[in-house]
Amino acid sequence: MTDIAENSIAGAGRLTADSSLRRTWAKLKRNKAAIVGGILLLIYVLSALAAPLLFRGNPSAPNLINSLEPPSMKDPLGTDELGRSILGRIIYGSRISLVIAVGVVFVGMICGIPLGLISGYYGGKIDFLIQRTTDTMLAFPGFLLALALVAVLGVGVKNTVISIGISMIPMYIRLVRGCVLAIREEVYVEAARAVGTRDATILLRHILPNVMVPITVQTSLSMGTAILFAAGLGFLGIGVQPPTPEWGTMLGSARSYLFHAPHVATFPGIAIFLAVLSFNLLGDGLRDALDPRFKL
Amino acid sequence: MTAQPAPLLAIGNLHVRFHTLDGIVEAVAGIDFEVYPGETLGLVGESGCGKSVTALSILQLLRCPPAEIQGQIFFEGNNLLELNREGIRKIRGNDISMIFQEPMTSLNPVLKIGEQIAEAGRLHKNMNRHQAWRWAVEMLRMVQIPGPGSRSRQYPHKFSGGMRQRAMIAMALSCNPRLILADEPTTALDVTIQAQIMNLMQRLKDEFRTAIVLITHDLGVIAEMASRVVVMYAGKVVEEAPVKPLFKDPRHPYTVGLLGSIPVIGRKEQTGRRLHEIKGMVPSPTDMPVGCRFHPRCAQAMDRCRRQEPPMIRLGEHRRVSCWLEA
Repeated sequence: MTDIAENSIAGAGRLTADSSLRRTWAKLKRNKAAIVGGILLLIYVLSALAAPLLFRGNPSAPNLINSLEPPSMKDPLGTDELGRSILGRIIYGSRISLVIAVGVVFVGMICGIPLGLISGYYGGKIDFLIQRTTDTMLAFPGFLLALALVAVLGVGVKNTVISIGISMIPMYIRLVRGCVLAIREEVYVEAARAVGTRDATILLRHILPNVMVPITVQTSLSMGTAILFAAGLGFLGIGVQPPTPEWGTMLGSARSYLFHAPHVATFPGIAIFLAVLSFNLLGDGLRDALDPRFKL
Repeated sequence: MTAQPAPLLAIGNLHVRFHTLDGIVEAVAGIDFEVYPGETLGLVGESGCGKSVTALSILQLLRCPPAEIQGQIFFEGNNLLELNREGIRKIRGNDISMIFQEPMTSLNPVLKIGEQIAEAGRLHKNMNRHQAWRWAVEMLRMVQIPGPGSRSRQYPHKFSGGMRQRAMIAMALSCNPRLILADEPTTALDVTIQAQIMNLMQRLKDEFRTAIVLITHDLGVIAEMASRVVVMYAGKVVEEAPVKPLFKDPRHPYTVGLLGSIPVIGRKEQTGRRLHEIKGMVPSPTDMPVGCRFHPRCAQAMDRCRRQEPPMIRLGEHRRVSCWLEA
């Protein structure tokens, strides 16, 4: 009899364990903007994964006879100044942009989350030191900071990721620290200390999971910003270098033909716009679905 | 009474001060008491009289600064205040553990109940993950949670207040500590659950021979559980007595007031009054009265009470009171 009782309780437990996930999903589904963002993002991810299938040939190989062709059946979005298909370059460019977006938030999180945890949990001198450094970094506009770092580190995909990533660190520190300040006063943290749990375990097992919701939301929004920053650096010619198909770099080289062949600049611009929009819509939707009280 | 064994916990001249923007607040002002192995000591007083701060300072769970702890807290002969971080960490949960007032907030919402109980086993008993989990399930069974196997895999939001408090007790008992600090363990629970939790604690105490410091303002709980009572007022011990003499013959006017404020059915017919309240408010810790700290609220206050602090007067074994009326 106890077996039956235990089984039914276990069943109920399973049902509700994923019911919180299901509820989040249900809320997200009702948010049309978030769905649009999600679908857009899915298109980008799929085109990045299936780039060789969607576009045959090398998107960086010049074909000067075809240069600055307007959209046609052969090249749906036209060609650029070197006669390369813009559609192909946008498809391959989504790989670069997504790699940059993921890389940037990785750098931001790997440095920002531990520093934020330590700063918020221990307080005192270490908190003061971390927070004044953060203040200094936040005094620069994010893009300017990334720009300055690129100037020091040099151009290329790797350095673009590192410099934009570093410019994201202070934001993660602030976000995590703010949440930790509230959570460290919770009774369950005190209870964990009362059974003799080590500080590292308290931070990683008891506090970090409670900070994951704001981190998730922030990460989605940060990815949009990262793409925008990377495009900005590319446009200025100090980000990803040609002939790599990066949207900002494409935009930068197209500006000389803006009046003569406007399609060369328009389509990469739209690609950037929609990518950033998809991350922002999804981020907003996630925030509303995960925690309506939470404001970023 | 037979000869007393050595005390398990001996607190001597404990001061706890908080450095705040309004100045220094002395939450505990030189208290002392002992706890003997296997006994239940009641620590009674109004909100804000320093009971919880005393418990937290025993385990050094107060953040220093702003808190500052002075005095001696001897546990089995070692002064806990002289231990380093690692030393006190090994005592926490293993030798002394704590049950908190708010069962609804004292469990982490993102960890399974079993994981939270298993943590103590892994920390202090060198168990691996699997052993600790089985141990946690055993502990849940011991605190009479039905279906402990499946319950241990659930998150705290599936537990009611009473069940969470049982889980907290399981956590506190999991390393078989010699002393449990129970900080108002039943205040947040409804009355029928209170009785269950109290019975459970009583049973486990007898089984494990654990000493309990029961912090509460509920004298009904004290009468049922405690063998000896320490009454605190505004950061000081005002009276100590074994439980029966305290209820029969309270000496301090504050204790008299506390006992008079327990609702008793049928008292109005006997005395013509429903309840006797203690007039006035607990003094602000930044503005303590001179002399006896209770004198502004005391019906029997004399001139001397307003000028001079009363000494602690011993009336017998474990019987003392701090009042000029006894001098």
